[in-house]
Amino acid sequence: MANREDIMAKISELIGPFNNKGVDLSAATTFQGDLEWDSLTVMDFVAAVEDEFDIIITMNMQAEIETVGQLADAVAKLMDS
Amino acid sequence: MTDLLSKFDPLIQERENLLATGVKDPFSLVMEEVLSPTVAICDGKETILLGTYNYMGMTFDDDVRAAGLKALAEFGSGTTGSRVLNGTYSLHRDCEDALKEFYAMDHAMVFSTGYQANLGIISTLAGKGDYVILDIDSHASIYDGCAMGNAEIVAFRHNDVEALEKRLKRLPPEAGKLVVLEGVYSMLGDVAPLKEMVRVCKENGAMVLVDEAHSMGFIGENGRGVCEAQGVIDDVDFIIGTFSKSVGTVGGFCVSNHPKFEILRLVCRPYVFTASLPPSVMATASTSIRKLMHSGNKRAHLWENSKKLHQGLRDLGFSLGTPEAQSAIIAVIMPDLEKGAMMWQALLAEGLYVNLARPPATPANMTLLRCSLCAEHTSEQVDQILGMFEAAGKAVGAI
Repeated sequence: MANREDIMAKISELIGPFNNKGVDLSAATTFQGDLEWDSLTVMDFVAAVEDEFDIIITMNMQAEIETVGQLADAVAKLMDS
Repeated sequence: MTDLLSKFDPLIQERENLLATGVKDPFSLVMEEVLSPTVAICDGKETILLGTYNYMGMTFDDDVRAAGLKALAEFGSGTTGSRVLNGTYSLHRDCEDALKEFYAMDHAMVFSTGYQANLGIISTLAGKGDYVILDIDSHASIYDGCAMGNAEIVAFRHNDVEALEKRLKRLPPEAGKLVVLEGVYSMLGDVAPLKEMVRVCKENGAMVLVDEAHSMGFIGENGRGVCEAQGVIDDVDFIIGTFSKSVGTVGGFCVSNHPKFEILRLVCRPYVFTASLPPSVMATASTSIRKLMHSGNKRAHLWENSKKLHQGLRDLGFSLGTPEAQSAIIAVIMPDLEKGAMMWQALLAEGLYVNLARPPATPANMTLLRCSLCAEHTSEQVDQILGMFEAAGKAVGAI
């Protein structure tokens, strides 16, 4: 079920409402640098991703995730485990 | 050489910009004299204190001060040692007994500060492979307790029972889980829905720790906190609290009915590797805690003060952190830091001290003027306070 392309598409869709700057998304897009999200936005977005995929992304994991691609990898891994 | 302090340049700049607008530094106030729990001299001016967390006004209680003086004379100024070596006096044991009486619980452990109580208990209870589940708006000491330990950390949306439940259900059923909640959240003064949250925790096999720092002595029939008021104190595994608010001195504690609780004294590093509190502090704390058990009238008066201030500020047109008074904290929401600092200064000029709270301590990047009421504030003082808010608010264009 954990197809990375599907995951990327879904993540891009979830980023939408939070993408106030209209940044073009790629696997290399960074949450802090490119999207300029503050901690509150990150929290809302993480909750949306968690609910969509029915997973938990711990704060320990979040600290390691900087880009959209890394998030997709993490989601894929969490769904397989 | 890389200057290790250069990482703070943006903050240094922000402070300089703020001070350049002509406001007084809100973070370097000095009280020259303290006249009572509610009045001090700041910059030579008599100032009403409305930002001290001194909820029950015990700092000047005659019995409390007498107990401290006696202990200072009889036991000296300090213990110079750890609780597990030479730093446990009869007064430390007596203070733990006072806590057990106050909460009607089997075990109590006193730490040197409330910060260390959270740091120690959370980092020690939740080890590698365990999970700590916490409210996103948790106090810094809770986050630091998580950072010090090796557990996996899961945050959920502030006071959101459903978000907590969903996360608990997604965790491995066999993993150890500690849910950390606060009775009153100190920034907005809002109360947690502990009744529902504790139920959800128990249904999902999690242990529960509640930090009652801002409710002890005031909320609940016996002042045991929000978990008492909501009828779930028997289902809470650990209560963390502090002596630096209602108790009126300094120190922290954890109480519990867990049969294995005492082993924590040997494995909790912030308990072991620091000096114990001075005997005079233990004597003032025990005396204060035992008096707080019988302070129903003061609790009632503090509620009156809180409700009156909340209603009055709303009537003046201020935007507040809660729709009604939920605790002894009332947070006035300011549009930004500059306006907040101007208002803070105008209040001080009127003779009123409140806390200016700013990000990252505040939720949602808010700037707050945080008021904490005291049971020793008279009804007339609350009227005076409202008059000062009106004058300052109009002077800076906040209302």
